[in-house]
Amino acid sequence: MSLRGIIKDFWREQRLFEQRAIAAVVIIATLSLLLVGRLVWLQVVRYDYYTDLSQGNRVRIEPLPAPRGIIYDRQGLILAENQPAYQLELVPEQVPDLDATLQGLVRIGLLDADDVDDAKRTVRSRRPFDSVPIRLHLSESDMAAFGVNRFEFPGVDIRTRLARSYPQGETAVHALGYVGTVSAADLARIDREAYAGTSTIGKVGIEAAYEDPLRGRNGSREIMVNARGRSVEKLGTLQAALQTRPGEPGTDLFLTLDLEVQRVAEQAVRDQRAAIVALDPNNGDVIALVSRPGFDPNLFARGLTRTEYAALNENPDRPLFNRALRGTYPPGSTIKPVVALAGLTHGIIEPDKPFFCIGYFSLPGSSHRFRDWRPKGHGAVDLRSAISQSCDPYFYSLSNQLGVRRLNAFLGQFGLGKPTGIDIGGEKSGILPSPEWKKTAFKQRSAQVWFPGETVIFGIGQGYMTSTPLQLAHMTAILATRGKNFEPRLVRAMRNPRTQRMTELTPAPLPPLQAASAEHWDLIIDGMRAVMEGGTATRSAAGAPYSIAGKTGTAQVFSVAQNARYNESAIAERLRDHAWFVAFAPIEAPRIAIAVLVENGRSGSGTAAPIARTVMDAYLLRKFPPADAAAPSGDVTEE
Amino acid sequence: MLREDVDSTTRRTLTQTARVLGALRLDGPLLIGLGLIAAYGQFVLYSASGGDWGAVLRGSVRLGLGVLLMLVFAQLKPGFLRRMSPWLYALGLLLLIIVDAVGYVGKGAQRWLDLGFMRFQPSELMKLAVPMTCAWVLRERALPPDGRTLLLLAALILVPTALTIIQPDLGTGLLILMAGGIVVLLAGLSVRIIVGLGVGAIFSAWIGWYFLHDYQRQRVLTFIDPQADPLGSGYHIIQSTIAIGSGGIFGKGYLRGTQGQLEFLPERHTDFVFAVIGEELGLLGALLLIGLYVFVVLRALFLATQMRDTFARLLSGCLAGIFFVYVFINAGMVSGLLPVVGVPLPLVSYGGTSMVTLLAGFGMLMSLYANRKLAA
Repeated sequence: MSLRGIIKDFWREQRLFEQRAIAAVVIIATLSLLLVGRLVWLQVVRYDYYTDLSQGNRVRIEPLPAPRGIIYDRQGLILAENQPAYQLELVPEQVPDLDATLQGLVRIGLLDADDVDDAKRTVRSRRPFDSVPIRLHLSESDMAAFGVNRFEFPGVDIRTRLARSYPQGETAVHALGYVGTVSAADLARIDREAYAGTSTIGKVGIEAAYEDPLRGRNGSREIMVNARGRSVEKLGTLQAALQTRPGEPGTDLFLTLDLEVQRVAEQAVRDQRAAIVALDPNNGDVIALVSRPGFDPNLFARGLTRTEYAALNENPDRPLFNRALRGTYPPGSTIKPVVALAGLTHGIIEPDKPFFCIGYFSLPGSSHRFRDWRPKGHGAVDLRSAISQSCDPYFYSLSNQLGVRRLNAFLGQFGLGKPTGIDIGGEKSGILPSPEWKKTAFKQRSAQVWFPGETVIFGIGQGYMTSTPLQLAHMTAILATRGKNFEPRLVRAMRNPRTQRMTELTPAPLPPLQAASAEHWDLIIDGMRAVMEGGTATRSAAGAPYSIAGKTGTAQVFSVAQNARYNESAIAERLRDHAWFVAFAPIEAPRIAIAVLVENGRSGSGTAAPIARTVMDAYLLRKFPPADAAAPSGDVTEE
Repeated sequence: MLREDVDSTTRRTLTQTARVLGALRLDGPLLIGLGLIAAYGQFVLYSASGGDWGAVLRGSVRLGLGVLLMLVFAQLKPGFLRRMSPWLYALGLLLLIIVDAVGYVGKGAQRWLDLGFMRFQPSELMKLAVPMTCAWVLRERALPPDGRTLLLLAALILVPTALTIIQPDLGTGLLILMAGGIVVLLAGLSVRIIVGLGVGAIFSAWIGWYFLHDYQRQRVLTFIDPQADPLGSGYHIIQSTIAIGSGGIFGKGYLRGTQGQLEFLPERHTDFVFAVIGEELGLLGALLLIGLYVFVVLRALFLATQMRDTFARLLSGCLAGIFFVYVFINAGMVSGLLPVVGVPLPLVSYGGTSMVTLLAGFGMLMSLYANRKLAA
């Protein structure tokens, strides 16, 4: 042991301690200044930055969805409106375990097991703080079931939202369309901001085509939230200056559809697969647009389950298929008046020059017989009777003389082979064939050659040619107005719900037809009048207090072999011919042009024409058959 | 005339107060400093607990218990404190081993012993026992201490530190280490050894990394980059810096801090209460508190330098130093200067036994100062 170890030097130790104490003061001062410096950095230099962060923490912007525009028919009857509905919504970032939550909802019967994957996909595609609807239209018992189990589902809540409702049910569904749940595909193309707080989007029809004006503009509301994301209006002395920005409600639409006529038309086709398009030839207004069978759009607005959707989608009658716009069928004899007009315009036929119909037509140097629908033939016919009796050989011969190019060009002027431009999406162009078309349509070189025989059947609307019911209604409207041409339209006016200001939309005229002379128009319209007066559709005009010009048609589904006879009863129902009828009335001042197609209806005169008559009576005479009355039906006679 | 009267009245009151304080062996300035901090703490606690009078009441009870203990310790004779030191240390060590053993058997974190009426943390006792024992060891040895003494001190400090860290309670373990370390530093540890230990500390930090628990490593990593895990372990730091930063110079106002009141700030009335002060009372409120702390620390340090006895001086200096360490670690952690370690803000944070320990320590300090002339 050193001496120092035993004898403590009191004064030396005192000085040592004081030195260390001074060092401690220096260290304390340094660290305190460091701390103060840090506080100054945070609270003075970076004050604005942290203020923004703190603001972002406590204020959440909640969208206020705008009410969707209401849709009225031309009389002011409501086709689509909004009803308050309860729905189950989920905020992804507040849900600890999404899978367990969804399974739990399945267990208490609020979600279909088949829909879990879809729900998961929807949730994942949304922003984590958005409230995502996972089940629409809750019933009272659904709400009770959720209520008692609510504690098990953090982040899931029942919300009241305005939901789309279609009070007319199936009526006019193929024109109106429907709204459905926003899908992942929709999300890829829309502005998500605009759809925040909305769970539905227009899927087809008017609801889709007029999505933007109907939707309006979302408003927003700032809400104060706590750390768990729950809204707190006021907490102790804490009160926030919160802003609300009102949205713009969706625009109301007034349709050209006449709901009463539409309903008569739908009833008239009963349970057949059929399409009807009725236009006002003076402006292109769609009076009725029918595709049957239909379906209830409320199913989609409510959010249909996988099973329900499968049932609709797999129905062999294809209720979801819009036959009026998307069904393409050979137009058959309905185009004969236009072909006749082409013959007159090009000076190939003379109206009074008789043609002897022997029941078939053969190209020079060929033994192939293009047969008439009447095996015996029509004997001597002129232009008028060729149209009214629908004599096929007359038009075989005419087409052969016109040639495919002139036929194609002339029919094209009537809007065939291209979209009519109707203001809802999805319409098909059909096919207006030509040698050029054939080159692109077939891969095989040998199949690309245009044969003269194909020109022959083109003239009676068979072969490659196909058209939609809408196109034929449009064609008929052009015939009715002797060349005036309007884009068909379903919406005639829009109304701002806030100012109640109505904006009428002007009809969109297309360039009128120049080719034909007034005299020629008279001739073919007279031919169409004869169809109704002694011609193929005479029965359907019986007792009409107005004049009608019409034309029947048949579209072959099943081609009959040479020398064979068409034996109806032997052919399965689905292979029977489609029945066509086109007409306009009154002839002197046309107010309605209509095309009726009945799939496998066999006969234009027997099946399609009576339906057209019923619709025309409803529109022109305001004559409505009782709802349960048997639809008109004629016996099968011609073609 | 009147002025003289007032002066004399004031003087008389002051004299009487000083006499009472002297009789109770309390130091006036230190007591005022501690009282202001505690009052400030209770005031903030009301807001930080979301306006919960119950929390304020329970906090006050705990504060009262601490003050009572301070009064009791102030009455103890320095000789008794000195003699008690090794026994207190031995008791603390025994309890620490028991707690660790129980925790090992129970396969879980174990920090306290359930005494039935209260939970007692042996590591809290060690915060006082370690510096006391170090000062006791050094009391009759020549300073600066020689190598053998240093080895003994190192063992006395590191064993309880290690036992606490494996509980696991890194925060308290580090505080025990620092408490002992401060005693050694004040005893005049040579600068060369300090530098050597600094290098050694960096080296052992590198080694120690491999012995840290995952959650402890995570804390360190999160401290380096809080944004890496904003909803997980970085959440505390992010929210507390937002709270402090958005308070600005003057604060959002008492009870009006959105971060705290809307519960974005976690542990707002315990470890993170400093962020509530920064948010609601601003830079000025925070500076006021830091100023009070620095005043208390400097006063305690000054008192230490007035003592004539090695044990008293070292222990008092250590108590002053460790009080500052508490403040710096807590405020540094809350403002994002230091990693998150569970160290409360002295006399302000709600709960825990640290307030009681600290006030008991100040009681000892006052006793040592009051008896400074009776050198042992």
